[in-house]
Amino acid sequence: MEDRKMSNKFSLITDGLVKNNPTFVLVLGICPTLATTTSAINGMEMGLATMFVLILSNIFISLIAPMVPDKVRIPTYIVVIATFVTLLQLLMQAFVPDVYATLGLFIPLIVVNCIVLGRAEAFANKNSVGDSALDGIGVGLGFTLSLTVIGIVREILGSGSVFGWKFVAGDGILAFVMAPGAFIVLGYLLVLFNKFLAKK
Amino acid sequence: MEYLLIIVSAIFVNNILLAQFLGVCPFLGVSSKLSTATGMSGAVCFVITLATVVTYLLNKYLLIPLGLTFLQTISFILVIASLVQMVEIVLKKVSPGLYQALGIFLPLITTNCAVLGVALTVVTKEFTFGGEAHMLNLGEATVYAFATALGYGLAMILFAGIREHLALSDVPKAFKGLPVALITAGIMAMAFLGFSGIV
Repeated sequence: MEDRKMSNKFSLITDGLVKNNPTFVLVLGICPTLATTTSAINGMEMGLATMFVLILSNIFISLIAPMVPDKVRIPTYIVVIATFVTLLQLLMQAFVPDVYATLGLFIPLIVVNCIVLGRAEAFANKNSVGDSALDGIGVGLGFTLSLTVIGIVREILGSGSVFGWKFVAGDGILAFVMAPGAFIVLGYLLVLFNKFLAKK
Repeated sequence: MEYLLIIVSAIFVNNILLAQFLGVCPFLGVSSKLSTATGMSGAVCFVITLATVVTYLLNKYLLIPLGLTFLQTISFILVIASLVQMVEIVLKKVSPGLYQALGIFLPLITTNCAVLGVALTVVTKEFTFGGEAHMLNLGEATVYAFATALGYGLAMILFAGIREHLALSDVPKAFKGLPVALITAGIMAMAFLGFSGIV
């Protein structure tokens, strides 16, 4: 019994990684996915920033959900999310200003990332605080993982390096760092995902 | 002349969808039919321009004088959400025809990152249109927002045209749906890269 409970908690995290992967299965939050994955490290930073907001907003929304009238729940959630995004902006400006400068506009735009609002509406408002926190961690990790993978592929093709470690002299195929590469790499990764990992 | 530069740059060179990746979710979501794509573009055009003007004024006359610019994100999203709601109510009353055409797309626009994205860009970024770097004034900001929205519409309608053809062609199973749409968008983005350097 105890064992099953543990595995249920564990599956809350693993579901977000593969079965409900926000990028490759649900295809949500595509804008930051495309825009910030010019290198592996940028993708990872964006994923972690989103995870921060996701966990906090999931916890807070699961706490207040019983008190919020049904009709105004979406605006309430948006305000909660926007508050945590503002908090994140201030923290990043204070402690990691250069990361904040690289990711730029896409940090405030976490407010309108459909993943965060989606989890609030689909999970946090009807589950316990602990479960919502785990769900936030799982989905956040899934998002971070996919952004890092896309970042790695684009960085290898586009600049001939991985996490800044260069293994090809000179430039890579520049198009992969620029806009077209983002669409094309995500497209082909989705194809691979459909082919090998998706349920038959 | 400067306005012309803003327009060309916003529509073609820095196309909001294909170069800046703002508003890609609805771009992929509603672009499978030409008619819905046109409706969505119209609604986005309307809301982006209106929202940018309102948030610009809010920022200039309320947030900056009071030293509250750190509240930009939270206040802008509230303004956009209420604006969308208001536009919906006004349209329903004043022009039922237009409401019929745009109505179902309006609620979706609140979470379209293009709207918040343009509103935030206009008040935080310095632009260099044929001169030195400066913050946009109200006129420039309005033109920039409208032109950006036109660029959004252009990319969206072109893409919907292509996708209508894609639906009829024989695509390998793993490519069906989104993957092939993304790869098509990538090729379109490559075509739009051809415009870089003209401004």
